Formats: sequence, C-alpha cells, structure tokens
Amino acid sequence: MERILFGDNQFFAVNHISDEKSMAQSIKFKEDSAIIKTLDYAMEDGIQTFMCTTHDRIANICEIIRNNPQKYKDFKIFPCMPYAHKYANAVTELGITGTLKQYVPGNFFGSLFKGGVAFLSKDYLKIMELLIDAEMKMFKDIKTPVIFLQNVITDMLLGLGMTDVLVAFHQYVEKKYDAEAGFITMNMPKLLAVLEKAGIENPIICSSINKAGFRMSGGKALYEETLRTKKFRAIAMQVLAGGAVSPKEAIEYVCQLPNIESILFGASSRTNIHETASLIHQFDPVKQH
Amino acid sequence: MIKVGIIGIGKMGISHLAILGAHPDVKVVGVCDTSKMMLDAIEKYSPFPCFTDYKKMLEEAKPDAVVVAVPTKYHAAIVEELLKRDVHVFAEKPFCLNPEQGAPLVALAKQKSLVNQVGYHNKFVGTFQEVKRIIDGGFIGEPYHFLGQAYGPVVIKAKQDTWRSNPEEGGGCLMDYASHVIDLINYILAPITDVKATMLKSIFSKEVDDAVFSMLELSNKVTGILSVNWSDETYRKMSTSISINGKKGKIVSDANELKVFFKDDECPAGYSKGWNIRHVTDLTPEVDYYLRGEEYSAQLDYFIKTVQGKVPNSINSFESAWLTDRAISLIRKEQR
Repeated sequence: MERILFGDNQFFAVNHISDEKSMAQSIKFKEDSAIIKTLDYAMEDGIQTFMCTTHDRIANICEIIRNNPQKYKDFKIFPCMPYAHKYANAVTELGITGTLKQYVPGNFFGSLFKGGVAFLSKDYLKIMELLIDAEMKMFKDIKTPVIFLQNVITDMLLGLGMTDVLVAFHQYVEKKYDAEAGFITMNMPKLLAVLEKAGIENPIICSSINKAGFRMSGGKALYEETLRTKKFRAIAMQVLAGGAVSPKEAIEYVCQLPNIESILFGASSRTNIHETASLIHQFDPVKQH
Repeated sequence: MIKVGIIGIGKMGISHLAILGAHPDVKVVGVCDTSKMMLDAIEKYSPFPCFTDYKKMLEEAKPDAVVVAVPTKYHAAIVEELLKRDVHVFAEKPFCLNPEQGAPLVALAKQKSLVNQVGYHNKFVGTFQEVKRIIDGGFIGEPYHFLGQAYGPVVIKAKQDTWRSNPEEGGGCLMDYASHVIDLINYILAPITDVKATMLKSIFSKEVDDAVFSMLELSNKVTGILSVNWSDETYRKMSTSISINGKKGKIVSDANELKVFFKDDECPAGYSKGWNIRHVTDLTPEVDYYLRGEEYSAQLDYFIKTVQGKVPNSINSFESAWLTDRAISLIRKEQR
C-alpha cells in the first residue's frame, strides 16, 4: 500500500463535525467532474490510491477512469463496502428481509438461481458473496488490490461474535478478486485480537488514529500499545479528528507512531490536499532517523 | 456479570445486541425473535442462545434485564410481562402506542423499583448534553422560543408497506422520527403540555404521515415549533437539531456542532460573549466499543450501570418517555 491514500468523505457530504459543511460539500461535488478534478489534485501530489465507498456515484467515476487508461495507468481503487446508509435507510423502511430482497441481485425467488437458493436455504455466506459481487460490479477492469469491509459491518460482526463471517469475507475477496481484505473499524484493538485468534495473519486494519483520541474505542493508550506490540498493517484515518487538532500537530503525531503503513485523508481543495501531503512528507523522514 | 436477554433483532435490536455482546459486564443469555431469517443467522454464527418464544426465554435463561426492540405495538404487553417477573427493562422508542397504554407501566416499574429506560439516544449525544447544561445554568437567560427539527431520507418514493407504514402499529414520521425531537424538547426545556395546531403530511406514504409541522407550548409556557420530515433526500442520514432563543442569548445545535451566542460575559467557563462553537469531538467521552455513534453504547452502558446500582435511574426513564408519548398524542389530536 502507498503511504498516502486519498479518501472520499468530502465527495459524499460525510462531515463529522458540521451538517452545514456537509451540505456545502454536497453542492460543491454535484458534478462528477468536480470529483475528477479533485482526484487530479491528489495525483499532482503523487497520490495514486483512492479509497472509496461503493456509493452509486463511484460507478460514474470508474467509467471515467476506464475511459482514460493512460492517465490512470498507475491508479488504484480500494473499494469499501457496503455504502451503509443505502441499506440503513432501506432497513428503516423495508425491514431487514425486505432490504435483502431489494438488494441481493436478481429475483430471489425467480430467475437468479444462485440467489433464490441461497435465500431459501439461508446460506448466509452465499448471500454475502452475492452482495459483494453486486458492489464490485462497478470496479470492473480497475485495479482493486485491497477491498474493505466498512466499519459499521465489521464492528457489528465483531460485537455479535460472528468471526466466521469476517473470515469468510477475507477468503472470498482473495479467491474471487485476487485482492487482500481490509477491515475498517472503530474498535481496532478488539478487532485485531479476534482476527489473530481466527488465524488471519498480518491483517490490513484501517481505524481512527489521532492525537485527540477521537473514535479510538478503548482509549488512545491502548491503540498506541497495540501499534507498538502487534503485527498488522495499520492505516490511520480521521487523523485530523474532525478538526479538533491542527493539521501540523495531527500529522506530526501520526507520523511518529510505529507501524502505520498508510495514512488516509480526504480534502476538497487543492491547497488542503497539498498541505496535508506535504506535512506527511515533512514529518516522515523524522521518524526514520 | 449482568444477564441480559433481548427481544426483537430488527435494525435497533441487532445494534443493541452487538453492543451488549461487546460489553465486559454483560452476558447475553438469550436472543428472541419471530423472524427465522434473522434468528437463524444469529444461531449459526453468534455464541448467543436463541428463542422464538420470549416467555420461554425468560423461564430458561432467567435474565436480570431485557432489551425490548420489537415493533411498538407489542411494547406494552411485553414490558408488562417483564415487570411482573421482576426483570429490569430497556425498551426501544417510542415507549407505547399511546399514553393510556404506558401509564400503568410507569406506575408498575416504580412500585417494583425496577430499572426502566427507553432508547432516546440523543440524550447521550455530547452536543445536546451541553445544550441542556447551558439552558439549566440560565446562561442564555429565559428561553422564549424554540425550533426543533429532524430531516432525513427514509421514505423518498412510494414503496411497499411494512409495520412502519401502518399508523395502528406505531408507524409514520410522527412516532418514529419526530418522537426523537419531541423527547429532546421535553428534556432540554420542559414537557410539551399544549399543542396549538398540527399539520401531518403524507408525501409518499399512503397510510401514514411523512412530515410533521406543529406549534407547541411547554409546561413553563415557552412556545415553539416542531418541523420534521423523513422524506427529505437532501440529507444523507437523519439530522436532528434544536435552536433556542433566550433573552440573553441563542443556541443552535445538532448532533455534531453546537453554536451558542451570549449577549454578555456571564457565560460558562471556556465560553465568551458573542458566538461560540463546540464540536461533538470535544464533548463526547470515549466508549469501550463503538457502533454507529458513541450515544448507542453510552445509553446501554448507562442501563447496565443502573442495574448494577452504580448510577441513578434518571435519564430516559419510562416516565420521561411517557411524557413524550403524551406529547405525540396531543400533536396528533390537534391535526388540522
């Protein structure tokens, strides 16, 4: 994985500190060209990996990438699935079974034999595979070396003790897409312990890691201890803690931590992208000496 | 260890179950649902014992406390049964279909000294807690107007019906979405005791309201407006906010950001005259296990601590949720 990964929250009005900013972002990124332009700015700073949710609009971005093979020859996408709000809003209205009926591809009880049989026989892992395939369709012919499970699902499975499902995701992504599985979580130390116990070695785990201790469940000290003593490939996200820490302080903190392979951040403007990327480059060598 | 059972594993139930499953002081002794689809998944992949009959679960698993997350129309009967069996109860919101159903349960829980809580999670959101602290401290002076709002994209086109689209079963925007805002107004300011006028609008639903607009009066005579719409797709997810005008200042807050204006220097420590902004990141204590928001873990942790006798049963009691049910019924009655 590259040192810097570019995120997509800003494109889809995900803002952890202000609903007003959310709306402003929604307006700013109304056109796909605005997203592409921002990805261009990231590429100017040498960032070639886009980590994004499987939001419907990403399909358009993928189409543009496929149509410009030269420009995007080194470009990679790390898909993060599922785009949870799509399902969450559907569950409020349709219930869980109703939502599955709507989103598992094909007609459950009809034409798609695999889906119908999976549903009737309650072969849950098969249903999961069908949902993964549905979400992966948009990335056809695009390099997706790591495929992530979103935190709401990872953490729910973690709380429910459904380790087998986490393992099944890991195995399926490797088998079907020749990709490594990644797990996004708000409970990194707990998740790592469970994955280790299940025999998944050196897993890719993306979690909030920031100087403010924001969304670091179990506490910042436990996270730092886990980074120091455990074997896994850590990605730090929410490094700016939603703005609670100044960018300089935030990046300095993350860069001096041991064992962080990549830093994920998203930004809307060329200036902010450049500033954050430069700070990472600035503080990185300090660590090595 | 507190032995906890759960009845109902729909959207909220499954989330509660995951949080309880990760709680260090909780042993999940039973999971009950009538949907085989969900229950089989739990049985197959989770370590929890499963039941299809909740009475059987109570008899066999003998939980100290039970989380009730079934559709609202079943709340009253199940909660009554639990209280009669001396089981502590956490019920999902809204509490009951109407105040008449809930009143005897409030009394029974009190009489039996059982822990009783309802899942109005906004009270565990850092920004709203801070709004309450500022109001209670009198820092914006005497409130004279409020605006409580919630918007989100739940029903954005005409679709098939579920219990949420049946008014007799607790469906609709007023019961499901607006109840959160009503409860927050009751908590931060004072209970709603009078309703001047209400408009309930069906936008895409056939049987239920998709939006609620209402003019309210509180027990302390403060008046304000409720504006809730779950058919607004310009929101990515539910966004709840409250703004309060006082004679010495004004507060505007949602779950992420609190903006407060003070007319003079008599404000809480860390604040100053004029506009101040606080973010939930600075106001939210860390939880041991996070799923969807700190407030969901915090409310169940509070429930468990109440059962353990570590904290008083004062936040989100049946009584406070009953006041919300009463307000819902008043709002419905004044429909124009």
